[in-house]
Amino acid sequence: MGAGHAHKLYRHGHSPVHALPPHTKLAAVFAFVVVVVSTPREAVWAFALYAALLAGVASAARVPAGFVLKRLLIEIPFVAFAVLMPFVAQGERVEVLGLSLSVNGLWGAWNVLAKGTLGVAASVLLAATTELRELLLGLQRLRLPPLLVQIASFMIRYGDVITDEMRRMRIARESRGFEASGVRHWGVLAKSAGALFIRSYERGERVHLAMISRGYAGSMPVIDEVTATRTQWSYALALPATALCVCLLGWTL
Amino acid sequence: MTAPTTPPPSLEVSGLAFAYPDGHQALFGVDFSVARGERVALLGPNGAGKTTLVLHLNGILTGGAGTVRVAGLPVGREHMAEIRRKVGIVFQDPDDQLFMPTVREDVAFGPAAAGLKGPELEARVDDALARVGMAEFKQRPPHHLSFGQRRRVAVATVLAMEPEILVLDEPSSNLDPASRRELADILRSLDVTVLMVTHDLPYALELCPRALILSEGVIAADGTTGEVLADDDLMRKHRLELPFGFDPGSVTMGA
Repeated sequence: MGAGHAHKLYRHGHSPVHALPPHTKLAAVFAFVVVVVSTPREAVWAFALYAALLAGVASAARVPAGFVLKRLLIEIPFVAFAVLMPFVAQGERVEVLGLSLSVNGLWGAWNVLAKGTLGVAASVLLAATTELRELLLGLQRLRLPPLLVQIASFMIRYGDVITDEMRRMRIARESRGFEASGVRHWGVLAKSAGALFIRSYERGERVHLAMISRGYAGSMPVIDEVTATRTQWSYALALPATALCVCLLGWTL
Repeated sequence: MTAPTTPPPSLEVSGLAFAYPDGHQALFGVDFSVARGERVALLGPNGAGKTTLVLHLNGILTGGAGTVRVAGLPVGREHMAEIRRKVGIVFQDPDDQLFMPTVREDVAFGPAAAGLKGPELEARVDDALARVGMAEFKQRPPHHLSFGQRRRVAVATVLAMEPEILVLDEPSSNLDPASRRELADILRSLDVTVLMVTHDLPYALELCPRALILSEGVIAADGTTGEVLADDDLMRKHRLELPFGFDPGSVTMGA
């Protein structure tokens, strides 16, 4: 607790990237990822250019490289899958350091790795420069179904409340001498999870009562209208537009 | 100002009876009215039907016998939006009441749902937060406030709708003595009709000149708070107990 309770992924700053309206950034990242994914995997140089583009955005946003790289670690499970591909894929094979690897598998692994890393890096940059609350406003502006936006905003609001409830239940269990040490105790844990579910469900009902008491009739009232000027849009879309040129070159060269 | 016609009472409940779908009857004909500007305490043991009564005041529960009128307007399907704007309920757990990501958005929720926007909405939010002394917490997420602060913001969310009557469910529960007193100061400073459901009898005596006892689904007593609390037989009969050493007769009330 203390001041500035932003999410861990967010990095406070006042760069031009931070200042862009959230929906333009969301659209830009989405378009960028689509362009990257549709680039032919053989155009290795194109991926290097994409990476350079992202590095440019990161420096404009004054997000240090270490910050982005550390958060890229989330990708590891997917990398593990990519590493397996050269061993299990069929087709023409090559010898590397005495191992027989599939050529197709190697290209497949490269494809997953390069596109995945670029996509995650773009998302990390988005999260680092946009607050969660703003992201929701952006999604709302981009006409995501309001129900989904409401669910996401309640997750943000009640995540801590439910974690706290879970912690209190654990303390209550342990105060009565319970310690989960094996399969025999899973029953108790499962019952706690069930109780937590019911408590959250009942809280949901109480929250709903409080909402209709204040005039809720199925849709959230618009409190903050986010708008973007033409210049802000063109500024944000410069990233996917440049990427699109690279992609087209990749197909033609 | 001398008004030639007296305004209709803020709240008028007559012959209200209600049974839950499972057959449990909670209210057996409740009658009372609260004049504009009055502060009234609603006392009663657990299970007396207090919460059921509160949920009738803004039409969340309906379908029983009897009527509820808010400022002359009958609670019913046709005026529901208007009724919910006029009756501001502050629920017991502020975590249920504050459901938006920031204090500002939460306070804005009610007025925005009623169609207010732009600078007008912003002014309403600022005013409501200033009235509970929480103006500087506008951009904070509710879960990072103390319990007392959350309770005050919960009151602000309702004040922002400029209600005819403020209904508070156990306003002093879980508050430390300082927060309890701060909330009392705020409630006293508000120029609004208040119906306060509480077990905290000294708090009722401090804030509300008039008290009702709801017991077994009917109004069992209606009088000045001091007299109701001093009537030992009445109190015992309805499972109401004063805190140890508290004598309502010895309390001198400020003007």
